[in-house]
Order: sequence, then C-alpha cells, then structure tokens
Amino acid sequence: MIALFKRDLALSIRAGGGFGLGLAFFLIVVTLVPFGVGPQSELLARIAPGILWLGALLACLLSLDRILALDWEDGSLDLLATAPLPMEGIVSVKALAHWVTTGLPLVLAAPVFGVLLNLPEGGFLWLTLSLALGTPALSVIGTFGAALTVGLKRGGLLMSLLVLPLYVPTLIFGAEVARRGALGMAVETPLMMLAGISLAVIALLPFASAAVLRVNLR
Amino acid sequence: MASIWEYANPKKFIDTSNKVIPMLWVLTIVCLATGLIWGFFFTPDDYRQGSTVKIFYLHVPSALMAINAWFMMLVASLIWIVRRHHVSALAARAAAPVGMVMTLIALFTGAIWGQPMWGTWWAWDPRLTSFLILFLFYLGYIALWEAIENDDTAADLTAVLCLVGSVFAVLSRYAVNFWNQGLHQGASLSLDAEENVADIFWYPALVAMAGFFLLFVVLVLVRTQTEIRARRMRALLARERMQ
Repeated sequence: MIALFKRDLALSIRAGGGFGLGLAFFLIVVTLVPFGVGPQSELLARIAPGILWLGALLACLLSLDRILALDWEDGSLDLLATAPLPMEGIVSVKALAHWVTTGLPLVLAAPVFGVLLNLPEGGFLWLTLSLALGTPALSVIGTFGAALTVGLKRGGLLMSLLVLPLYVPTLIFGAEVARRGALGMAVETPLMMLAGISLAVIALLPFASAAVLRVNLR
Repeated sequence: MASIWEYANPKKFIDTSNKVIPMLWVLTIVCLATGLIWGFFFTPDDYRQGSTVKIFYLHVPSALMAINAWFMMLVASLIWIVRRHHVSALAARAAAPVGMVMTLIALFTGAIWGQPMWGTWWAWDPRLTSFLILFLFYLGYIALWEAIENDDTAADLTAVLCLVGSVFAVLSRYAVNFWNQGLHQGASLSLDAEENVADIFWYPALVAMAGFFLLFVVLVLVRTQTEIRARRMRALLARERMQ
C-alpha cells in the first residue's frame, strides 16, 4: 500500500502529472470572481467563504479523471487488481494520493486566496479547518465517480454530472462553517456534521468504489 | 407454489403484464379523470388562495411519485445486485425517466402556484432545493445508463450509483434543511397529523394520488416490456450477424 501511495505521489508530482494545475485553477477562479461581481470589498467579504469553497470543489473535480484514467489506459490498473492488495485498499490509497496532491495544497493556499477576496479576520482559521476536514470527502467521493466512469472514452462530463450532486452535503456544511466563522458565529454544529460526513464517506464509500471498479475491470 | 420470483423470467413477466396492463390503464384513466375533474370543478375555492389551490391535485401526487419512483428503483437495484434478475435491472431503468418527469411536473406546478402566492417562481427553499437535487440524481442515473454499451456493466454500475445516490439524496435533504429555512408549508396530508386539509379537498386528492400511482405502475410495466423486447431484438440481430 505504501509503495502504491509513493508511486502515485511520484507520478503526479513528476512528469507533468499536473500537480500544480488544481492550484492554478483555484487561483484563476478567485481572480475571476471580482471581475464578475465587482470589486466592492464588503460584497467580496460576504461571498468570500462560499467562493473559496466552490473554487476548491471545482479544482478538485477537474483533477478527478487523473485518479484512475491513466492507470486504466496503460493497463497498470489490471495489474493492481491481480495484486494481493484488496480493491478497497487500492481505491483508498488512490483517494489519499489525490487528496495529498490536490486537496492539501488547496487547504494550504486557501488563506492566501482569502486575502485576495477580503475574507474577514475571524474567517481564516475556520475556512482552513473546514477545507481540511471537507476536502478528503471530496477526494473519496470523486474516486467513486472516477471508478464509475473509468471505462468510458469521454467520461469527463458525465463524471461531473454524477459527482456534483454527491458533493452537495459536503459543500453545504463546509461553506456554512466558513461563513459562520467569518461572521463570528458559533460553528460547532456544521463543523461536526462536516467531520461526520467526511468520516462516514472515508469509511464506507471505498467499498462502493471497489465494487464499481471490479465491474469495470471484468 | 407461485412466488414473485417467477416474474424474473422475462417471458412470464411479459405474458402476465400483458394481461394486467389493459385493466390497469382503465383504472388509471378512471382514477385520474375522477380525481382531477372532481378536484378542479367540484371543490370550492380556497377562501384565501382562490382557485390556484387546485393545481395541488397535480402537484402533490406527482411529488409523491417522484420520491416513490426513486425508492422503487432502489428496491429493483437491490434485487438486481442480490439475485441478478435482468427484469429487475430493466425495470429500474424503465422507471427512471418516469420518475424524472414526475419530478419536473412537481417543480413546474409548484412554480406556477408559487408565482401568485409567494410572489416568486422559485425560492431556495429546502423542499424545492432538494427536489432540484433529486432531479439531478435522475439525470445522472439516466445518463450513466445511456453512456455504457455493455448491458450487464451498465446495470451493475447504475445499481451501485442508485444505492449511493439514495444515501446522498437523503443526506442532502437534511443538509438543505439546515442550510435554509423554508417557505414551503409542512405536511398537511399525513395520516397521523392532528390538523390536515379538510375532507372535501382530501378525498379528490386521494383519488388523484391513486391515479398517479397507477399511471406510474402501468408506465413502468410498459417500458419494462419495451426494454425486454429491445434487448431480445439486439440479441437476435447479433445472432444473425454471426451466421
């Protein structure tokens, strides 16, 4: 498992694996928003938590097809399937590698981008914390979507259609934590719900992803 | 001993449903006509809402069936995963577009009612929003069926999607509740509630609901037959090409 994790990490960092692309996309979204809604700082401050969450979610979504598609094309997924590692382990490691290369940089960069959007003082801690709790769920759900559509030639758009409705609860609670934090309100309830979703998804969804991947490899 | 699993045999399914379908059509039309005509023409106008209230004889039954259709797909998907009866998978496939149209009817009739009553076509109310999300789930489910060429693969993948989607749909329902307080009224047709709508509105609504339920059943039966025949035809064509 560790070897697979290291391999996935190395592949995505080296050789044009698109390590920084998600981050660049996030930056572009944050840059474009003021052009769309106007540069008034109070308005930006009010929508900043939502925009940052949405930007992170979209950046995550864009990188999903890389989780499995390349391994599917060159056949290494078939080899992995015959390895002694259970399929649930493979998809979990894949999701973890995706989170480390996409989710974690987004979490770390979000406070910096928060400055660009004039995020209120109190919001930084909660924004970062909510993203840190929520992005693993995004990666795991995304891996399920990637496993569903891995056999399709042009599955990218279909995957977005399948994955985005599944992102709704995570987005609601995550953005709510960031919004309440920015307004200085109590954040415990949505924070606990967000953590609960993340934990449940990490624990249960790999079974579904593995089942789906087995069907696709049949 | 006859059991329900006999209808997993496609021929048996088609034969039996052929016998039931004409009768079901008659019942559907009778129920729908009675419920809607009764509701539209023979109930008094509401003293505050006027005649706009009558759209609910369409709105409530379609909303009810939109959710129950997904539930039926969930059961059919489970049967497919556990017992691998093809008819079950095809029934789930056949139900999806019907359920999607029911969702659309509920959304549109709601918007038409909401415009004069709430002063807006659309509000980000929990019930409205979760119906929109349900619509997206139907869309994704149908798109996945259409996208995959191999029938068994498609059935397996969509069945898992239906299972996972059900969990997330329920989760979204409660998350959305948390996110915004609603304009939409609470349940007023429950069997156990103290305060419900008056009987004079309740009976035609009940008949209309029965009509929508029957309509759903008969449409799913017909569509499942079509799916079975389409698959047979493809198998025959493939066999011919082999020779």
